[in-house]
Amino acid sequence: MSRIIGIDLGTTNSLVAYVDDTTGLPRIIPDERGRALLPSIVSFTPAGVLVGDDARRQLVRRPHSTVYSVKRLMGRSYEDVKDELRYLPFSVKPAEGIAKIQIEGREVTPPEISAVVLRALKERAEKHFGERLEKAVVTVPAYFNDSQRQATRDAGRIAGLDVVRIVNEPTAASLAYGLHRLYEGRIAVYDLGGGTFDVSILHVKDGVFEVLATNGDTHLGGDDFDRVIMLWLLEDIQARHHADLARTCVNLAEDPEVMQELRLAAEAAKVRLSSVERTTLTLPFADFTYHREITRADIERLIASLVEKTLGPCRQALKDAGLTPSALDAVVLVGGSTRVPLVRRRVEELYGKTPKSQLDPDLVVALGAAVQAQILAGGITDMLLLDVTPLSLGIETLGGIVSVLIPRNTTIPTSAREMFTTSVDGQTIVDLHVVQGERELAKDCRSLARFELSGIDPMPAGMPKIEVTFLIDANGILVVNAREQRSGKAASVEVRPTYGLVEADVERMIEDSFTYAEADVETRLLIETRNEAETVLTHVERAMRQGRELVSPEERAQIDAAVRALSEVRDTDDRERIHDCTIALNRATEHLAELMMDAALRAAVQSKRADEIMESS
Amino acid sequence: MSQTVNYFEVFGLPRTLGIDAGQLQAKFYELSRRYHPDFQQSAPPAEQERALTLSALVNTAYRTLRDPIARIEYLVRLEEGRDTREGSAVKPAAPPELLEEIFEVQEMLEDAKASGLDDEGRNRLAAERDRLVARCRQEEELLTGALAADWDEASPAGRPRVVAAFKAALATRAYLRTVIDDLEAALDPAGETDVTHHRH
Repeated sequence: MSRIIGIDLGTTNSLVAYVDDTTGLPRIIPDERGRALLPSIVSFTPAGVLVGDDARRQLVRRPHSTVYSVKRLMGRSYEDVKDELRYLPFSVKPAEGIAKIQIEGREVTPPEISAVVLRALKERAEKHFGERLEKAVVTVPAYFNDSQRQATRDAGRIAGLDVVRIVNEPTAASLAYGLHRLYEGRIAVYDLGGGTFDVSILHVKDGVFEVLATNGDTHLGGDDFDRVIMLWLLEDIQARHHADLARTCVNLAEDPEVMQELRLAAEAAKVRLSSVERTTLTLPFADFTYHREITRADIERLIASLVEKTLGPCRQALKDAGLTPSALDAVVLVGGSTRVPLVRRRVEELYGKTPKSQLDPDLVVALGAAVQAQILAGGITDMLLLDVTPLSLGIETLGGIVSVLIPRNTTIPTSAREMFTTSVDGQTIVDLHVVQGERELAKDCRSLARFELSGIDPMPAGMPKIEVTFLIDANGILVVNAREQRSGKAASVEVRPTYGLVEADVERMIEDSFTYAEADVETRLLIETRNEAETVLTHVERAMRQGRELVSPEERAQIDAAVRALSEVRDTDDRERIHDCTIALNRATEHLAELMMDAALRAAVQSKRADEIMESS
Repeated sequence: MSQTVNYFEVFGLPRTLGIDAGQLQAKFYELSRRYHPDFQQSAPPAEQERALTLSALVNTAYRTLRDPIARIEYLVRLEEGRDTREGSAVKPAAPPELLEEIFEVQEMLEDAKASGLDDEGRNRLAAERDRLVARCRQEEELLTGALAADWDEASPAGRPRVVAAFKAALATRAYLRTVIDDLEAALDPAGETDVTHHRH
C-alpha cells in the first residue's frame, strides 16, 4: 500500500501530516522554513499564482485578486452566499448555479482555488519524503452536505490527488486524542474554526470510535467574529473622524484596501484579546491616525450572539445522541476560534464541565487525518471508526413533500432501497429529485441532484418496477444505482448536481489547473523582499501626507531621499539592495512615526477629556 | 451474505425479540471490523464493492435491531413478506377509548390555529400532550414487554395472532405520535425548523 497523507483543508489555514512509522505517532510536515500552517490564501499576481504566506502579503495590495476563506464558498449556490459577498473584496458571480470568483476577467471555481492550496501541501509532503505522493485523506466539517463534500473531492482531483477518504474534522480530532488514549467514554467535540462550526458526540471505547450524533453550522466561525469587530471599528472610525472623512470625501467602506486592513486589524485584536484584557489599536489613514483602546469586554459584547448560535446545535446533538450533559465524560475543544475565552466559558456553562484542549486546536485535525490515512494504509488495525451522515437524505414526492430515506446520524456506509414506477403509459424516463436537510418541504431543504432514470421499456403506467438504491459511502457521499426489476437490467442514471461540477468540468480543470509559482527559495525571497519594500513605501507615503509638518525640513529631505532610493531599486532583482534600502527608509522615518503616535495619543486623551466633561455636565 | 439475508440472520440471531444489547453491540463491532471500507483499501475493486454493500447492511441491521420498537416493526414486515419499507407498515388507528378525547384535542388545535394560544389554552394543550405521551409509552411497554415475550414463546401456529397484536399496538402508537407531534408543533411553532419527520 502506498503512502497516504492526511490534509486539513481549513478556512484560514491548511496543514499536511503523516504517521511516523517508527513511533507510530502523527506528525505535521512543516515547510522549509519550519512553518506548520499554510494560510489558505491564493493570490493571482502578474508574477504568477502565489499561495500561503506569500499570498497573505497580497491581501491589502491586491484585494481584488487575492482569494481567502474560499471554503465558505465550496459546494455553495450563489443564493447561499450572496449576503456576505459585499464583505469580500474579490468579486463573486453566479454561474450555472454555483458561486464563481472573477479574477481579472476569468472565472475561477472554489474547488480550483482549494486545489492550489492542496497542491502546495502535496508538494511540501513530496519534498519531505523525496517521493511522489498521490493519495490523501482530506478533512471536512462534519456538517458539510453532499455538494460541499463533492466539491472538496473535486479540489483534490484538480490538484492531482486521489482523495481516498473524506473524514469529518471533529471525528479526526477524536482519532488524534484517541491515539494518545487521552479519553474514553462519551465525548463531545466542539470544533469552531475560521468559517465553520461542528459538534460531535462520540462513544470511544477499546479502540472503537463510534459517532453518536453530529450537528453544526457550515457558515459560522472566526471569520464572522472578525466581521462584526471590523464593522464596529468602521463605525467608530466614521464617528470619531467624521470631519476628516467629510473634508476629503472619503468613503472608507468603499475602499477595498482599507476594508481589508480593517479586517486584518480586527482579527489581530481578537487574537491578542484572547490572552490579554486590553490592547491599543493604531491605524494610520491618509489624513489622520485612528487610535483607541479595545478591551476583551468590547469583543465579547460584539461576538456574544455568534457564540450563542453554536449552543443550539450542541443541544440538538446531545438530544440526538440520547444523552444529558452529565452523561458526558469529557468535552474537547478543536479549532483556532476555541481560544476565545468567551467560547470556552459558554461551552463550560453548557456542558457543566471544563473543556479540554491538550492537543493544539490548530493542529489536531491534521494529526487525526494522518491517523485515518494510516488506518486506510493498513498501518493501524486496532482502531475502528464509525461515523454518521449529518443530514437526512430524502426524495421529493407529490406536493413537494420530502420522504426521508436515510435519517440524519445514521452510521455510514448506509443504504436505502425504494421502488419507483411510471405514471403515464409508455413512459421511459423517471425523474428523481434528491434533497438533504431536516425540513418537511423539499424547497426548504438543500437540493443535491436530479437523477434521470432512463432506458425503461415502454409499458402501461405503473407496470415498470424500478428499484433504486441510495448508498451513502464512508465519505458521506451519495451514490445512486437503479435496476428495472422485471428485466433485471440496470437503468441508466444520469446525475445533474444542483450545485456542483459535472465530470467534464473537473476533467477540464485538471487539464488547465493553476500551477502556483513554484519558484525556488531565492525567487520567493525576492518576491517577499519586494513586497516588504512596497508595504513600507505605502506606509511612508501615507505618513508623509499626514505628518509632513511634524518634522524638520532636513529630516523631510532625508526621508524623501530614502523613498527615492528604495523606489529606484524595488523592481530590480537585487534582493540585498532592496532589503538595505527598506531598512534605511524605516530608520529614516522612525522619528516621524514617534511624533505621529504622540499626536494621535494627545488627540485621544483630549477627546476622552471632552467625553468626561460631557458626562459630568 | 446478500441483500436477501434478513437483519436477524446478519447478526446470527434467531427471529426472536429478546436481544441482549451488549452482545448485539459486540457482534456489530466484530462485523464492522470485517466489512468496513476502512479495512478494504487494498482489496480488489469487486471485493471492495461487496464489502461496502455488506457494511451498509450491517449498519442498517444494527440500527434496526438495537431499537426495541424498530425491531418489532421490522419483524412484522418480515412476517408479512414485505421486503422494502414501501407502503406504511401499519395504518395509524385511534385507540377506541381515546376517540372522544382526541376529537376534543383536534378541536382545541383548530381553535389555536385560528385565534392563537392564550396561557390557559397552552396549559390545556400541554396537559393533553403529557397525557398522550404517557399513553404512548404504555403502548410501547406493551409492545416491548408482554407482546415481545408472547412472540418469543409462541408456537409457529400462534405467531399470526401475535403479529396481529403487534400491528394493533403499533397502529395505536403511530396515531398517538401524530397527535403528539401536532400538539408539539402548536406549543412550539418556532421548533418547526427542527422537524424530524416522524411521520414518514
